[in-house]
Amino acid sequence: MTIARFRTILYAGTAIVALAGLADATYLSVQAFTGETLSCGGSPDCFRVLGSSFSKVGGIPVALLGAVAYFSVFALATFAAFGYARARTLLIPIIGAMFLATLWFLYVQAFVLHAYCRYCLFSAAITFLLAGLVIAAPSSQQQ
Amino acid sequence: MIARIRVHLRDSRAVLLRLRVHSWLEPELDLTIYSLRRSFSLFCHSMKRYLPFVIVAAAALVALGSGAMLYRAKRPQLQAIPASNSVAGKSDSESMHIRGNPDAPVTLEEFADFQCPPCSSFAAFGEELLKEYDSRLRIVFRNFPLSAHEHAREAAIAAEAAGMQGHFWEMHDVLYREQEVWSKAPNARELFEWYAGTIGLNLDQFRKDMDSEKAKERVDSDHARGDSLGIKVTPTLFINDQPVEPQYKNPAGVRAAINAALEAKPKSGA
Repeated sequence: MTIARFRTILYAGTAIVALAGLADATYLSVQAFTGETLSCGGSPDCFRVLGSSFSKVGGIPVALLGAVAYFSVFALATFAAFGYARARTLLIPIIGAMFLATLWFLYVQAFVLHAYCRYCLFSAAITFLLAGLVIAAPSSQQQ
Repeated sequence: MIARIRVHLRDSRAVLLRLRVHSWLEPELDLTIYSLRRSFSLFCHSMKRYLPFVIVAAAALVALGSGAMLYRAKRPQLQAIPASNSVAGKSDSESMHIRGNPDAPVTLEEFADFQCPPCSSFAAFGEELLKEYDSRLRIVFRNFPLSAHEHAREAAIAAEAAGMQGHFWEMHDVLYREQEVWSKAPNARELFEWYAGTIGLNLDQFRKDMDSEKAKERVDSDHARGDSLGIKVTPTLFINDQPVEPQYKNPAGVRAAINAALEAKPKSGA
């Protein structure tokens, strides 16, 4: 297998993984907009996390920001799989920012809220996987 | 009629097939058939530049569409309390648990679950509202225990049993204050009896009332009322019979709704 083909497969896989994260973030965004995160009966174990003050940034649900980030990763990974070099370059800072944000929210859940939301943990796993895939991708200089 | 088939190889890109048909009128019919596989390859090569845009656009449409559909499905379908079922303006304290001025112009009817942490947060907020709005607001409590909460129904029955001795709100406060303890305890009933003792209830009567059908019927009656209004989550709030939408179920939103209800009241003070 050539490096180019390997790179194509890797970015295609990144796009597919990003879609899973997008689905998760979209679901949480809907929960935020329907008020389920502030109620019992919707997500009984997640309200402590999703209903906390940490669930919004500037009034915008974090889930919505996550959905935008995942979609951006999906779009860039798709273009990267088709050989757009600039898309590969943009992927790294976006996934890097998502990785750092994930670390922060894991810290908040573990040491501030003392509660975990399974959807947030799933998103964290997705972000870690994305970071791993991008790190594994060969650079443009490699032939 | 003579049929001649000539196969020409015209450069490396195509295979040309010519068919000549001669009839007594000698028309010539040339059919050129290119290799389907090669044609498709040429098509893909020219479309390749647009394919990622198509994929991304399709994914965006699917994400937005599914998000919209999910929102419509999950959006609470709350109904306003019909006038025939309204409690606004009524002070039948025998069947209702009212906190604040019984004749207040604004009624905040709350459907809550004692094992629900957001309900516990709202209970504390409710006390703030009563201090803030004083005689202009009253809060009516309705039991709506959720099946997902193991001890919620028993807690509601305990509160109703305490209410039969005139101490509903004391038990209400204790249950929310000690929620973390009894919600995880296997012996919740014993804790409820202990709480009853701390607020000065007759324990024998309390136990009897807890086991009575009357307390259970009160809980079931509140729950049926909530079901009829389309309630699925707690806390669910109604201000003067109008549901408070989920996105406004926060301190600012509730205050705005109360203020709007106060402004809507006739100046005559009715």
